[in-house]
Amino acid sequence: MQPVKPEPRVYSRKGARPSGRDPAPSRWSYRMHRMWLTPAYRRMLRVGLPGLLVAGLALWFLSDKARVEDITTWVDETKRAVEERPEFMIKVLSIEGASPELADAVREQLALRLPLSSFDIELEPMRQNVESFNAVASARMRIKPGGVLVVEIVERQPAVLWRHVGGLSLLDAEGNLVAGAAARTDWPDLPLVAGQGVEQAVPEALALIAAAAPLAGRLRGLMRVGERRWDVILDRGQRIQLPEKNAVAALERLIALDQARDMLDREITVVDFRNPLRPTVRLTSYGVEEIQKIRDFEFGR
Amino acid sequence: MTDLYQTQRSMRRMRNQAMDRGVIAILDVGTSKIACLVLRFDGPEKFRGGEGVGSLAGQSSFRVIGAATTRSRGVAFGEIAAMRETERAIRTAVQAAQKMANVRVDHVIVSFSGARPRSYGLDGRIDLADSTVRDDDVARVLSSCLVPDFGSDREVLHAHPVNFAIDHRSGLNDPRGQMGNSLSVDMHLLTVDMQAIQNLLYCIKRCDLELAGLASSAYVSGISALVEDEQELGAACVDLGGGSAGISVFIKKHMIYADSVRIGGEHITQDISKGLQVPLNVAERIKTFYGGVTATGIDDREMIEIGGDTGDWEHDRRKVSRAELIGIMRPRVEEILEDVRARLDAAGFDHLPAQQIVLTGGCSQTPGLDGLASRILGQQVRLGRPLRVQGLPQAATGPAFSGSVGLCLFAANPQDEWWDFDIPADRYPARSLKRAVKWFRDNW
Repeated sequence: MQPVKPEPRVYSRKGARPSGRDPAPSRWSYRMHRMWLTPAYRRMLRVGLPGLLVAGLALWFLSDKARVEDITTWVDETKRAVEERPEFMIKVLSIEGASPELADAVREQLALRLPLSSFDIELEPMRQNVESFNAVASARMRIKPGGVLVVEIVERQPAVLWRHVGGLSLLDAEGNLVAGAAARTDWPDLPLVAGQGVEQAVPEALALIAAAAPLAGRLRGLMRVGERRWDVILDRGQRIQLPEKNAVAALERLIALDQARDMLDREITVVDFRNPLRPTVRLTSYGVEEIQKIRDFEFGR
Repeated sequence: MTDLYQTQRSMRRMRNQAMDRGVIAILDVGTSKIACLVLRFDGPEKFRGGEGVGSLAGQSSFRVIGAATTRSRGVAFGEIAAMRETERAIRTAVQAAQKMANVRVDHVIVSFSGARPRSYGLDGRIDLADSTVRDDDVARVLSSCLVPDFGSDREVLHAHPVNFAIDHRSGLNDPRGQMGNSLSVDMHLLTVDMQAIQNLLYCIKRCDLELAGLASSAYVSGISALVEDEQELGAACVDLGGGSAGISVFIKKHMIYADSVRIGGEHITQDISKGLQVPLNVAERIKTFYGGVTATGIDDREMIEIGGDTGDWEHDRRKVSRAELIGIMRPRVEEILEDVRARLDAAGFDHLPAQQIVLTGGCSQTPGLDGLASRILGQQVRLGRPLRVQGLPQAATGPAFSGSVGLCLFAANPQDEWWDFDIPADRYPARSLKRAVKWFRDNW
């Protein structure tokens, strides 16, 4: 028979098991267990409650303004301290591949107050700044270990000297402005071009100059006419008017003529090749008179 | 009668709710053990292995995901004797099963073996209004059954319509749609003591569980221990439990009789305890290890140390021969079987076409029992083990668990009972509405 009252806990001689009653969960532990098996409750207790607690703590912690300020200053200081470690400082600016004048100009333009943390430097705007120089074709920037900011510059190489209304300028092979020039004599080895709209036609000009190599001794320069075609200016006031299209071929034909008949050594001021099918020459007044004389003589007048 | 109808229907509703939720627990409250299984219903497709007919031909729409057994306390003869103790035992079992399943269970189907089940055969007959049997005709014929006066302290546990007959054609399972002039039904009604049910309900309620069904353990162990042919052709299942032996007789897949003999394995243990003067747990141990019902020559020489804890050397080193033990056990087993025989005879079991008797329950594991039983109950005796269900632990597949397994099957596919049919229209409280609708339909 089962005892009506729960027995006092008497332990048998043999073991630690209480005698009489079998073990059973108490009503409350049973209920707790069932509650714990409820999915919603379990999710709430395992995710919701800790999350809520953390969020509440964080809110409470951040509700004080002074504390927030402390945190922000501490964060800033730590950031600063890391940034200003010697490993990240830039001490030297080195410019490679530029002439000394350009290097000085670039240095002046960048206006870096070294030493500087590399976190404070933005390379892309600086690179664009450097590339804004006319004389700079392209620039690359990188930070070398040891605190060196290297600017690698590829300079534009002047290919022609351009005489225009404003004076003299240097252009590179693509027609980009390189720099101004003070005098023709400063750049004796560059060919001279003149006229408006030269910038767009520099490659053609260079091709013409290369084609005119047999006339090199006599070549004074090229002239752009009406922003569409070229005139080759030789010494003794001679001028070769080239067509808009196939100017180089026309020039080569002329040079061949010259080499065969010494055409350009004669009394000719202008060779008009603008229409390649009908080349025309203009003689000097002396030449005209001489021809007249010869003709008269022939006809016996 | 109506409130029985209501409570049973509400239990059915609860069961459907649990099915929707997918988890239901079954609780077998026995005299020697309380077993709790947690079932998960996911539909039959889920557990189907491959092509063709699934395992158990679709019966395995569930899976056992938690199982726990605990020693029963506070239960005698399959009835609750000490409520607190029983409640504690139920709590232990349910908690352990929940822990194994890792799921919370709210609905529970309970079976118990005691409470003096009594069977009644009922019949009812109605004239069919329009020569075709319809759903409400079935409900009407069921409610036309003459219910015997079984007393106000008894409750209906099962009410199965066993057989329908239209005019003179009998043996119909489903009369709906058939033509005839009159419909009659045979119904099997099982009543139990109301107090026992109320105690059980109280314990379940104290464990924060909702009751989704009640079943007699004799019935459910018949479901699981009898194979389909036996259920069809007629057989009796004898569930030899701890405190009582449940008897259920099946034919045409319906239970037609149930009863219980209030003697069981615990009485054998008590006999051994008294006869050998050993404590009950030692007696139980001796019974399960050395027990038997047929003595042979070698049993005289097989000595069993029964021991003791008194400190008296002579007393603590006692030995008995196995033949002596068998001599104690056999009369009690014979008594049980003879009582069973008497009940079966009283029920007219020998008029059944097939007289298969299946012994199951914990006590059926006694060696030699089938020989003894065939001497008392007749030649067609076999030992039954429960059907295999998915996920059942190996420890719970023995014959002691045929009630639990049967309860699983009962939970999965319950047979139609009286309250599964609609309340007939003439008993309907809001029949005026229905009559108004009928009038409307007739006149417009």
